[in-house]
Amino acid sequence: MATGIKDKVAIIGMGCTKFGERWDCGTEHLLNEAFQEALLDAGVTKDQIGAAWYGSAIDRVNVGNSGLPASTALRLHGVPVTRVENMCATGTEALRGAAYAVAAGAVDFALAIGAEKLKDTGYGGLPVSSRGTLNDLILPFATAPSGFAQLAAGYRARYGVSREDLKRAMARVSWKSHQNGAKNPKAHLRKPVEMETILNAPLVAEPLGVYDCCGVSDGAACAILTTPDIARGLGKKDLVTIKALQVALSAGREMSTSDWDGSYVRNTRIAAKRAYEEAGITDPRRQISMMEVHDCFSITELVTMEDLFISADGGAVRDIMDGFYDADGAVPCQIDGGLKCFGHPIGASGLRMCYENYLQLLGRAGARQLANPVYGLSHNLGGVPYNCVSSVAIMGRAA
Amino acid sequence: MSDIGITGYAAYVPRLRMDRAAIAAAHAWALPGLKSAAKGERSFCSWDEDTITMSVAALRACLRGSASGSLRSLSFASTTPVFADLQNASMVAAAAGLGAELSTLDASGSLRAGTSALLRALEGGAAAGSSMADSAIVAADARRAKPGSVQELHYGAGAVALRVGSAAPIARYLGSASSVSAFVDHFRSEGEAYDYQWEERWIRDEGYLKIVPAAVQRLLKSAGVEAASIDHFCLSATIGGVAAAVAKQLGIKPEALVDNFAARCGDTGAAHPLLMFAAALERATPGQKILVTGFGAGCDALLFETTAAISAYRSASPPSTALARGLTDGNYTKLLSFSGELQLDWGMRAECDMKTALTQLYRAREQVVAFMAGKCSHCGTVQFPRLAACVKCDSTAPMSAEPLADAPAKVATFTADWLMYYPAPPLYVGLVQFDNGARLVMEMVEVDPERFDVGTPLRMVYRVKDRDPLRHHQRYFWKAAPAL
Repeated sequence: MATGIKDKVAIIGMGCTKFGERWDCGTEHLLNEAFQEALLDAGVTKDQIGAAWYGSAIDRVNVGNSGLPASTALRLHGVPVTRVENMCATGTEALRGAAYAVAAGAVDFALAIGAEKLKDTGYGGLPVSSRGTLNDLILPFATAPSGFAQLAAGYRARYGVSREDLKRAMARVSWKSHQNGAKNPKAHLRKPVEMETILNAPLVAEPLGVYDCCGVSDGAACAILTTPDIARGLGKKDLVTIKALQVALSAGREMSTSDWDGSYVRNTRIAAKRAYEEAGITDPRRQISMMEVHDCFSITELVTMEDLFISADGGAVRDIMDGFYDADGAVPCQIDGGLKCFGHPIGASGLRMCYENYLQLLGRAGARQLANPVYGLSHNLGGVPYNCVSSVAIMGRAA
Repeated sequence: MSDIGITGYAAYVPRLRMDRAAIAAAHAWALPGLKSAAKGERSFCSWDEDTITMSVAALRACLRGSASGSLRSLSFASTTPVFADLQNASMVAAAAGLGAELSTLDASGSLRAGTSALLRALEGGAAAGSSMADSAIVAADARRAKPGSVQELHYGAGAVALRVGSAAPIARYLGSASSVSAFVDHFRSEGEAYDYQWEERWIRDEGYLKIVPAAVQRLLKSAGVEAASIDHFCLSATIGGVAAAVAKQLGIKPEALVDNFAARCGDTGAAHPLLMFAAALERATPGQKILVTGFGAGCDALLFETTAAISAYRSASPPSTALARGLTDGNYTKLLSFSGELQLDWGMRAECDMKTALTQLYRAREQVVAFMAGKCSHCGTVQFPRLAACVKCDSTAPMSAEPLADAPAKVATFTADWLMYYPAPPLYVGLVQFDNGARLVMEMVEVDPERFDVGTPLRMVYRVKDRDPLRHHQRYFWKAAPAL
């Protein structure tokens, strides 16, 4: 009988680069920057890493495929390095691989690391690439914002929300994240933005304007994992452990059948339910202390609030406008600034979210520090709402 | 007398119309003389339309409401075929869902290609006997014209489909006469974009006024028909007054002249005589005589007489409807960009590799070309694409083909993507929900943002999906457009 991942794996060190337009360095430098910080934090040496999972999503514009770019950049001689890719959940997938290795007892110390170098593309936004020979024949080549923008049409149709009210709530999502990101030295975008500026920005994909979209940047983040016992043996006292790690994928029903109305993301709900069960959380709206959700677009964050069962169905607009998710609200969300301010170097994002939760749980978040957080949730959503990879990770203080 | 004749027709004219005044205004600094010819509007292809897509639209409309299983042949006529070696007729047949037991042919090389293809179908059908007579002709053209040329004002784009057979024809074929001549009024060499034309007055006097009457007189004589008894005279010519002059010379009544659609469409090349023929059929009453001529290095003249069946016949897309659906545009650079005369800077996002795996295209041809969904034999769910296991019940039981091309559908979700490279921004994209249960993400075209939302009814159109400039290939797929 499976017993889940809860409290079997401790995070003893994490690292995260400054995110942004890192014209000065390549992926190999980003990987090292995050890795060195994590090694120092963990108090272990590189030689102790028994296995590594390296996440990078877009090999075409990054450093290529396989684990070799990471093993070479970090000089992990002879270490089994596995490259993982699962769209925007790639970083969380790296964490899952490393966590499972530790939980299985296969290695004492495992590394999860993710990086993406997006600013070598020459343009804004993510590159659009082939989805395979059959899909290229039948699927329109469209951008990520156009995939997520459709949630707005579905949400409006289901709840009868006016275009104006939804646009304002979406703008409020971005406004809040910019407020938070301004306090974070590692964020890419560090200026607060006025509501009117957000509302009046040029359209990217109707109804998403420029400020409804996350930034595009370079970055890397990583985690060093071990068992709680080994961690205590190293003299670690305040342990952060993984409470849940869940991933759920579409299998065609949202995109190919009529039993989905386009107003929510089904697989986020599936992953969230399983994650709460794995972590033993019964009332997420009250128990989750903070969240880093996949705010690739403001509308994504809005529906995610309902998909994670924090806001009631149809209730996200009100919660958002009431400040429920603000830094001083009941469940602060994107307290580090989110994808909105960090940008979304895909392979790194899941681990960057964990990094903020980790800092918060250890009381090391500086100007952003929340009072007594217990559970931190992070969420990724890759692909498009109707054909997606959803991940939910929960961490907290060791029992 | 043979019973063979026309059993159906349909026209397709791209909805985009360029105001000729906008063309002339753009050139006025250099070519002020164009202004006098800049009346009305001309049709032009959207970036994703060409002679194949226009032919598919016309043929589908022509075959709508009747069984196509008895069709024995399909001819495609155009001076602007998409492919030089890859039979365009075969591509049209596949997209129109025609079966494999079909004889196909491309006719090209002359503005007479349309009338000549029709002539072959009529003569071939008459010779083969009634059981083999059922055939179809599609003619389409979208000729490029040098910016600033008179042709740029004159030319339009369009397609027409005709069905030929002996089962209750709406117009019986009475006979034909053809001639060939080394009269070169214009030419376009292989691989060249533009026509080269000689002086209009010479084309009129030595060409139309000598070559057409000779062929027509021969036809009328052999058919035993007086010129004065012709009710509809179709002569495609953009030179002013030519058709009237030919009619006068022949003794054809002035009121028999069929309009050449210069005002709303322009000259659709090889399709034009047949488009005018379709317009005559649309207007004709039983027992009327229609004379169709095609001019180009000779002449084809064909004579028809409408039957009682024409009263009850309704085309799914008659010329009047196709002509009336225009969306007038004054952005001259749109015409230039769509026809390839102007290369806009679309940025790095336009650098996507659009290579098509021909193996995959062939494996998926039923889905991609004929737009067939799969229907699960276990639970009955209609789904697209058709994969190894049912999307609903997970069964790996075989699926049967379920056509989507004419299936009713509505918008489920949509957005307008301003970021993606798209030759006609913004790219409208979203989930399309078919009433039969199938759902897929599709490109949406001809969208009027003021009248488009979740629930808007849609129709399916066959269009160019992506162009591959590296390999000079383009692939086609179906798109959703608001229902008309």
